[in-house]
Amino acid sequence: MKYTKEHEWMRVEGDLVVVGITEHAATQLGDVVFVELPETETMVAEGDEVCVIESVKAASDILAPLDGEIVEVNVKLVDKPALVNEDPTGEAWFFKMKIDDLAALDDYMDEDEYADFIG
Amino acid sequence: MTDLNTSDLKRLVLHDLHVSLGGKMVPFAGYDMPVQYPAGVMTEHLHTRSAAGLFDVSHMGQVILRPKADMAALVAAFEAMMPVDVAGLAEGRQRYGLFTTETGGILDDLMFANRGDHLFVVVNAACKAADVAHMQAHLSGVATVEPVTDRALLALQGPLAEAALAAWVPGVAEMRFMDVRVFDSAFGPLWISRSGYTGEDGFEISVPEAGARDLASALLGTEGVMPIGLGARDSLRLEAGLCLYGNDIDTTTTPVEAGLTWAIQKVRRAGGGRSGGFPGAERILHQLDHGPDRLRVGLLPQTRAPMREGTRLFDPDGTPLGEVTSGGFGPSVQAPIAMGYVAASHATPGTALEGEVRGKRMAVTVTPLPFHPTTYKR
Repeated sequence: MKYTKEHEWMRVEGDLVVVGITEHAATQLGDVVFVELPETETMVAEGDEVCVIESVKAASDILAPLDGEIVEVNVKLVDKPALVNEDPTGEAWFFKMKIDDLAALDDYMDEDEYADFIG
Repeated sequence: MTDLNTSDLKRLVLHDLHVSLGGKMVPFAGYDMPVQYPAGVMTEHLHTRSAAGLFDVSHMGQVILRPKADMAALVAAFEAMMPVDVAGLAEGRQRYGLFTTETGGILDDLMFANRGDHLFVVVNAACKAADVAHMQAHLSGVATVEPVTDRALLALQGPLAEAALAAWVPGVAEMRFMDVRVFDSAFGPLWISRSGYTGEDGFEISVPEAGARDLASALLGTEGVMPIGLGARDSLRLEAGLCLYGNDIDTTTTPVEAGLTWAIQKVRRAGGGRSGGFPGAERILHQLDHGPDRLRVGLLPQTRAPMREGTRLFDPDGTPLGEVTSGGFGPSVQAPIAMGYVAASHATPGTALEGEVRGKRMAVTVTPLPFHPTTYKR
């Protein structure tokens, strides 16, 4: 898995990149009560706000970690936002992206680097 | 985000206890305060509704108003600051009050108690310096205004609050909603009121700082009691339809617009025995008789998306009507809830409106307050 400074994780699955938020981010957010997902077949650029997560406390965004196309979203999160707290790195993935070159992931932190990053 | 200089924050006397309980500390009204504990806002909220929650509200301002000569002169002068019946408040009772401006806005909301030979006032943390100055300006001829700086203030709220507090302070079960009494205890003399700001039955306990840690620990060790942070305090008061000063009420809102007319007793209204005679009386009495142009209402978003503070509200035809002043998710309601101001023409429960969330208009319905029934022991 690779990690962004915005506390998102990315996992390669075939030629797609699966994106979610880290356990650390889920804990910081608190109980998630609402998730808004992007449309599929949307082209996004790195840094675009693609999802909204609302916890009891506040709203936050998930940014596209890479340039590419959103090809699948996890509709289960719409009915069960609490999955984000229960299983952030497993069942609660947010979307899958198709990107031009998987090598773009090399620029991101690995697990050890992310662990250092969050201290 | 700007860096906050946390060294400027004041520390609560129970700071170390909050940290040891795993409290996540955030700046609030100049204090370093626990926003939540490891259980999280949702669990803390639901626990308060089903058992009992202990809140540290020591950031709030406790003030004693002690008459220089007689209570009657103090009572009359204090009554001249608010559209509220002060003279009619019996000894041992507490009441909700509002300091108003000359134009009828709200400077602060507060609780005041008649303690026989003095009044005891609790004001909002963010307003306390201004409130003390305001009271000194209006009361210095008849009373001394004494900020209480050597006491913590705890709130114990929820259906198990009575049993938990009675285990340490026998006699509290006899109190009714808005009673105030002084109790001698192992923690020092306690000034207790049967009140709170969650919609639940419960108590607010003013305790000498020297006894605060022991009292908090004793209560937290009592069956059913859990520490609760500011996050759940906010969702609890929102479900109870209670105003947060600075969000739902401020100097631009009048008590009538805010739907706080229940706090203006008949005796202070037109035709009452002590009608008017408070700042902003002309506007407030006029609004009482003729209705205000806008009103604070409950709002139920019709989708799962919360409508937070600042969400703009529209008629379905696109006419702007007002905005949300407090909004979020109601853990007991299990849905997003909000309060805000709308044109009086659109304030009837059931009215369909739209709120703009991230550029999209979403359906929202005007609804009666509170969202969750209150359980005060009257």
